[in-house]
Amino acid sequence: MSHRGRLLVFFIGAGCVAAMFAVAFFRMPAFGGTMHLYRDLAVRAAVAHQTANVVSSVDFDQRGMDTFGEEAILLASVVGAAVLLRPSDEEAELRPKRPGRILPSTKLLGYALLPVTLLIGLDVVLHGQVTPGGGFQGGVVIATGLHLLYVAGSYPALDRVRPLAAFDIGEAVGGAAFGGLGIAGIVAATSFLANFLPRGSFGQLTSAGTVFVLNGAVGLEVGCGMVVLIAHFLRQDIIIAAKAEQAQ
Amino acid sequence: MTVLLASALSLVAIVGTAVVATSQPERQAVTLSFYGLTLTVLFLALQAPDVALSQLGVGAAIVPLMVMLAIRSIEARHSQPGSRQESGDGEPGQPDEQSGGGQP
Amino acid sequence: MTVYAYFVAAWLMLVGAYGIVRSRNLVHAVVSLAVCQSGTYVLLLAVGYQHGALAPVFGSTIKPSRHVVDPVVQAMTLTDIVVSATVTALLLALAVQVSKRQGTVDPDELTALKG
Repeated sequence: MSHRGRLLVFFIGAGCVAAMFAVAFFRMPAFGGTMHLYRDLAVRAAVAHQTANVVSSVDFDQRGMDTFGEEAILLASVVGAAVLLRPSDEEAELRPKRPGRILPSTKLLGYALLPVTLLIGLDVVLHGQVTPGGGFQGGVVIATGLHLLYVAGSYPALDRVRPLAAFDIGEAVGGAAFGGLGIAGIVAATSFLANFLPRGSFGQLTSAGTVFVLNGAVGLEVGCGMVVLIAHFLRQDIIIAAKAEQAQ
Repeated sequence: MTVLLASALSLVAIVGTAVVATSQPERQAVTLSFYGLTLTVLFLALQAPDVALSQLGVGAAIVPLMVMLAIRSIEARHSQPGSRQESGDGEPGQPDEQSGGGQP
Repeated sequence: MTVYAYFVAAWLMLVGAYGIVRSRNLVHAVVSLAVCQSGTYVLLLAVGYQHGALAPVFGSTIKPSRHVVDPVVQAMTLTDIVVSATVTALLLALAVQVSKRQGTVDPDELTALKG
């Protein structure tokens, strides 16, 4: 189909979809209205389980099964990307060259902010049930913070600090821990991912029962998964080259 | 609807259109990072700090980084064999010229 | 004016789809897909918003009796953002692999299944 034909089909389809959107939007409750039925139920359930961050309670306590599924998607995507970015038979690995000149201010900021960022990430993971945050956000912050070592230093420095096998295992352990806690919920209480640990009091670090532990498991998995993902992209870019190029 | 919400929504719509309109993927990485920032501001205006935090980490740092690395890997294969050796090294970010950084 | 937020979300989805249709480079298509996905996030959060309500995180200053916005849609959106980043990474890895095998990332040139 030619370009113009494709564009015509798209505009017809997009027009129909836009019309359906318009009909739907004018029949929906107005933006900013007061009727939110799920909100009332969710807040009541979160307060009953002594969780100050209602979003974490919904994620890990009330709809924990969905989060388990999303974790599985994350694990599968990381495995898929790692498989796709393997060096093939026609490729070999170069030794990375020494980095060019790095500005001293970049080095200073990078090395100074590296422990700070890792600590902030850990704080976000651990306080997920009390303040905005949690395993997903904190894992992303930790993974990004680790790569300050690459910005301030060099690729071999990052490679030394980041043994890929350990991070692979860490990701798998995080995912398995989530499932293990779910099964512990069956054993100790009534159902999969039931909140069976002591709830504590509102606003404390160890409140909300299993939400605290599940946050840690998800933080481990997301952090390790993102590090593995970026590692494979970096290797693909920096190290792997076709054997024909290398021979020249 | 407050002025803040209306302007955040408008900014998101404009920058989103700009991301799609940027035809070169290496420039799209920068626009995508800025789009992530505007989305974060919108999510904060909609009273969603958790969502804003995850959008900031993912959309401003990780996805643009992977887009840039993917583009570099793809273009390295299309350039002449041998030039890969000169342009690829262990340092991030500097594309082709190894400009010597800070002139005070 | 009250449906402006919903229309911004619909606009983002359609603009992202347009970008995918008109794209000449697989990486450009993946980034347009990311824009399309962000339209769904805006729609979800707009559905859950209430004028004058606060964020659904209680503490010493915000007692559980105050009105908050809908936390269920926020929970859905927040896990979706992180997970779709990894799916975007999978798509980019596919694009890199396609460029290795076929030598091009132009969708118009990647036509038939080559033997």
